[in-house]
Formats: sequence, structure tokens, C-alpha cells
Amino acid sequence: MHSNRYCNRIIVLPFSVLLEIRVKPDNSGVVTDGVKHSMNPFCEIAVEEAVKLKEKKLIKEVVAVSCGPQQSQETIRTALAMGADRGIHVEVAGKDYETLGPLQVSKIMAALAKKEDAQLIILGKQAIDDDCNQTGQMTAALLDWPQGTFASEVSLDGDKVKVVREIDGGLETIKISTPAVLTADLRLNTPRYATLPNIMKAKKKKIANVKPADLGVDLTSRLEVLKVEEPPQRQAGVKVETVEDLVGKLKETGRI
Amino acid sequence: EIQAILMNTSARLFRRFPFTLTCAARLSPADFHSPFLACSSGQFVASTRKLHVEPKSSPAGAPERLPFSKVTDEDLAYFRKILPGRTITDPDLVESSNVDWLKTVKGSSEVLLRPQTTEEVSQILRYCYNRNLAVNPQGGNTGLVGGSVPVYDEIILSTSLMNNILTFDNISGILTCQAGCVLENLSLYLEERDYIMPLDLGAKGSCQIGGNVATNAGGLRLLRYGSLHGTVLGLEVVLADGRVLDCLATLRKDNTGYDLKQLFIGSEGTLGVITAVSILCPRKPKSTNVVFLGCETFEELLKTFQLCRGMLGEILSAFEFLDSECMRLLNTHLKLPNPISDCPFYIVIETSGSDPDHDSQKLDNFLEEAIASTFVTDGTVATEESKIKALWSMRERVTEALTHDGFTYKYDISLPVERIYQLVTDMRQHLGDRAKSVVGYGHVGDGNLHLNITSPAKDPALLAAIEPFVYEWTASCQGSISAEHGLGLKKRNYIYYSKPSQAVALMGNIKAMLDPKGILNPYKTLPDNLK
Repeated sequence: MHSNRYCNRIIVLPFSVLLEIRVKPDNSGVVTDGVKHSMNPFCEIAVEEAVKLKEKKLIKEVVAVSCGPQQSQETIRTALAMGADRGIHVEVAGKDYETLGPLQVSKIMAALAKKEDAQLIILGKQAIDDDCNQTGQMTAALLDWPQGTFASEVSLDGDKVKVVREIDGGLETIKISTPAVLTADLRLNTPRYATLPNIMKAKKKKIANVKPADLGVDLTSRLEVLKVEEPPQRQAGVKVETVEDLVGKLKETGRI
Repeated sequence: EIQAILMNTSARLFRRFPFTLTCAARLSPADFHSPFLACSSGQFVASTRKLHVEPKSSPAGAPERLPFSKVTDEDLAYFRKILPGRTITDPDLVESSNVDWLKTVKGSSEVLLRPQTTEEVSQILRYCYNRNLAVNPQGGNTGLVGGSVPVYDEIILSTSLMNNILTFDNISGILTCQAGCVLENLSLYLEERDYIMPLDLGAKGSCQIGGNVATNAGGLRLLRYGSLHGTVLGLEVVLADGRVLDCLATLRKDNTGYDLKQLFIGSEGTLGVITAVSILCPRKPKSTNVVFLGCETFEELLKTFQLCRGMLGEILSAFEFLDSECMRLLNTHLKLPNPISDCPFYIVIETSGSDPDHDSQKLDNFLEEAIASTFVTDGTVATEESKIKALWSMRERVTEALTHDGFTYKYDISLPVERIYQLVTDMRQHLGDRAKSVVGYGHVGDGNLHLNITSPAKDPALLAAIEPFVYEWTASCQGSISAEHGLGLKKRNYIYYSKPSQAVALMGNIKAMLDPKGILNPYKTLPDNLK
């Protein structure tokens, strides 16, 4: 029997990622001005999972949190259209946003989790633009909560969570107690399309504005990006007319 | 991960639209000497390599070979002199140029020529004209009405090696290029410069701009950017006797005399060989949205279209529909789930604009209105790449789903917009149990229906029930029996369903004037009984 005492509130952290990557001319980073953002695919899966749990009446409320500049609000709206109840936009802009990394985000999440009295935090396993795969784990460590990462299956059982994890060797099933942090992997679910009625409803849902300072979080980065480079350009192949030419070219380039 | 994102971006460029395949109508497999192949589940029937001589002509069969000269060793020697290394006579290499993309028609040409310059095309045609040798101009060979491959031993004149981009002016957006440029390559070139081609179609990876112009290709952007008759600013054409007609202006406005290029646009290679094109290109949109809606009735679909036009007009770039039968095929054969709930009709709307904020405001207003009006019963919106692709694939992959359903009879019809679906309903009623599936989808915004009928196997009795019913129905609404694909070989004799005989006679006059010997793409486009 499920008790509503547990799993009252889930916080999901949908992140927005850049859709087009171009390296800045001075190799100091990637261009972010005017580049379209969209919700990180793994975070979509996380939001979907949270909404599913709410639909199964296992939890009461889903809160979507995003950290970033003004356009992060769009990502929150998408989460609301998928079924989240309310949103929190943690405003981080300009220089701070450029250096915002997993450590800073997990500090913010930890602070929010305590403030909101959440029982579950669900995130995407990693962001597809930086591939860090650290935020979930760091958040759990800061809160001293158990973590179920790379989840491909999640089920709530009283005050415990059963998580099937995708690992190199296959699948690992663990049982952890709440409150807990989960990170979503590809096969956890297929995110739903937000239907029009929900998209319209989402416009009326609340998004609260919070500053990191309000949460007592220090955003200074401990990392310095030295250089960002594009991978080497792919060289075009050479077409040859005859087998003799092929052998000749192979010899020329020292391959045989 | 940067790789993955680059792929996602480039995937956006390779948006594929379904081939709007037309029925291999009137194919007669019975006659072994016929150049037509039996189209049974893609089986490839090899025809003989010798030249066809005097096949019997039957109502449905191949036209008789006209008395053109046959290629001799001297001819080959001449070609080899002007096109060294590019005169192909190896049967294995000529083979693929003898068969159309649908693998339903095959010629028996023994010579494939690949010029690189307009001058070479001119030399070839001048020679063939003097020798009375028939010539089949060929671009990407993606045509769907058998117009791009020889019927008999016509020499294949391929533009594939004429693939240079000549100039691009990024203030006016005017691009000039040789006729053999592949459409997708032109798109990529332009996208780097913040422009796009004014047309886009499923065959873009193979089709060439010369062929697109020769067939007046339509595609998905026609609703927004208009047809090639409007966007092509100039052409360079080599006439049947080798004269080079240089109308390759790059001017937006030029009212000096008769606009000759319009004759060649859509002429399917029968009036001249297009060697270069100048075309006006639009700017690449900064913001794209795709909406997938469901409607209960076709009338409500049309009301949604009117609402859409009114509220999204200037940013609307595509308005496509599919029916519930199409959705059933997508679910069954391709395991694509319905993004929304089951409805009798589905619409795909795309907007393209220069300001994401403005566009989403307009879109939101439209969607609110659409829901409030109850024209639309369900729907979803996509603003980012992977979701956009997923929604488009519901429309784009219908053709693919049909191929899994059985043998498909395809019709590409233009009708008054409000009558479009009536043809599908009437056809269903008319065929009853004889057909497996009868589906309708297409560019409803342009009044273009793709009517497709499947059966477990090729069925002459079913074909007899479909034709001429479908053509007569179309003619009764003054519609077109070939909206986008042209007439080619397969539909040439149906021209009278959509054009009065006076018009067709005048076409014959023009053909006789420009190509008195009739060597350019014979047996195509104009009907056999033309006097």
C-alpha cells in the first residue's frame, strides 16, 4: 500500500542544450549568442518519468527547475506542458552562466531540495552538449542521499525506490530509500508529445524566480577553460581510375 | 557529443519528403518485346539488349519505334573524339541509365554521353540532328512517369558531369549553376550562406536542377515560394539542332519580348536541353515550427486551413494532410505511434519566419483560436529539431508505409481544394472490397491529392476499375491528372483529360517548330495521336 507520506514532491531539472555548436574564433568556447536552445533529451525523459509517477498517483506534485538565462523559462514551459505542476527558474546569466557547471548546479539543487522538502530529484543522466554526467551524482553527495543513476526502469515501493540501472556489464537492480536522486537513461521511457490543451494550460502555471544568492549558493567556478577546438576536418578521398593507380597511391602515401 | 549535435543539425537539412509515386498505369507485361517491365514487387525483369524493332502496338503498350537512325561505329568515333572517356558503351554501365527509379520502365540504349560543358552539348545535338539520331536528356533519373529513360535506343545525354555552381549574389539571392547540380548540394551551398533553394522534394539527394526545371517540379515549399515558373529567372538551353539559346539573365524583372524560358520549364526535355539555370533563392528562415493537428471532418480541415491562412499567412510554409487510413498504415507497417489521439484527418502545418518570438506568438494565437473554434479536436506542437523531424515523418513516410501494404497504384491529382477528399471517398465506394487500402494524403494547401490504392498483388481487374474512373472524375472537376510529376511516357495519352484538343494541337505546333525532326526525348509528354 502506498503511503502519501512519502514521495510527495519530485523536482525535475530539465536542462537546455545548444542546438548548434560552433567554436568561437578565439577558441575560448562555443558560440552561445543567438543559438537556439532546446530541452536536453535525457531531461525530457526525466520529466516524462516524473509526470508518469504523478499519473500513477504515487506522488503529489512535480516541480520543474531550470538554471540559466531568460530562455531557460521556455524549457520550464515545455516541462509544464508535459505535466509538471509548477516551475522554478534559477536566474543565472552572463559570465556566471558561461562558467556554470555541474558543481554549481548541484549546489543549487541541493539547496532547493531542502527548501522545497522534495523526496525525489530526477535529472537526465547527462547534457548532450557537455557530456559531463556529474550533476546527479554531485547533488546526491551534497545532500547525502542515495542515488540511482542511468535508470532504465523506476518503481516506487513504499518508501523505497527500485531502480534498474544500465551498466557496462548489463543491468543492475538496486533498491534505495527515499529521499533519493535518480538520473534518467535513454530507455527509461518515450517522452510524450505535449498536447494542445496542455500547452495552453501550461501558460497559466506558475514559474517562480529565484537567484542563486537567495539560496546561499556561491557560483564561482573551480575550473578554467583553456581552449576549445573543433575536431580535425575530414579530408576528402581521392578517386583513382585503375588498380595500378590505386597500388601506386598506396605506395606513395607509405601505406604499403 | 558535438558530433551528435552536428548530425542533428545536418539532419534538419536532409529533410525527406515522400516520393509522390504515381501508378505505373497502363503497363502491359504481356508483350515481351515491350520496353516496359512487369512491376511485381520490385522484381527486375531484364529486357533483351538488342534493339527493338517493330513491336506490336496495343492500346496500353509501347508506341512504335519511329524511323530514327541507328548508332553506327562512325557515330561512336565522333562522340569519342569530342567526349574522350565520357562516351559510355559498356552495357553494365549504361544499364542503370536505361531503367527508371521505380524500376517499371526500361529502354535499350547502348550509348550514354556525359558532356561537361554547354559547348559539348551543342556539338552532340548538332551531330545527332544531322544524323537523325534520337536523344534522351537525363538528369538525376528520379522522375516517376518514365520520362527520363529511353523507350528504345535513344542516346542518353546525361547532365551529371555539368555540376558547377557558376555565381551566387548574396544580396539578391540569385544563384546560377549548370543543369547537372544535385538539388541537395545546392541546398547545402546556400545554407552556408544563409539562403535556401525555393524548392525541396524527397528526391533531393539525386535529382538535378535541370531536371527539376524540365519537369516544373513542385514539392513542399511551393505553398510558400511558388513554382519554378516564378523562381527561375533565366535558362541556357541547347536546341534540337545544336543552337545555344542564352536566356540566362539574372534579372528579377525583364519585360523585353516573349518570355521564352517559360516554354522550357516543364517541357520534360522535349523542346530543348537545359544546360544552365539562374534561380531566385529565399533567405533561410531563423525560426521553424511544426504543428500536428487532428480534425473530425474534411470540412473542418478546410476551415482550419482558412483560419491558418488568416492568422499565420505570412509565416506559413507548408500545409499537408493525411487521413486515418494513412495513420493506420504508419502504425501497422512502420510502428510509428500517433502523436495525438485518433482522428479521421490529420494536418501538418509548418511555419518559417525571421523572428522566433513573433512566430511563437502568432502560432499561439492561432492554436488558441483553433481549439476554441472546435475545428481542431487535438494536436501537438514541435519547436525543436528532433520533434519536428518526428512530426514530419508522419507525413513523409506514408509512401514507405504503402510499399509494405502491397502493390500500390498511385495517382497525383490536382483538384479544387474543397473536392479533394470527395475523390477518395468515391473511389472507396466504387472499389468496395476489390482494393486492400484506399488512402488520401498530400499538399492540400496546393490542391494536390495523392490518391493511393493497394492490393495484395498486381491486379488488372482492379486497375480496370480504377482507370479511367479516376481520370474521368478528375476531368469532371476540370482537375489535372498529373499535378506535379508531368506526363513523361506513362501519362502522355491522358493529356486530353486535362487539356482541350486545341491546346494540345498548339503544343504540337511548337514542338514541330523547335524540333522538326522530333529527336528530343521522343515518345514522351505529347500524345501518340497528335497530328
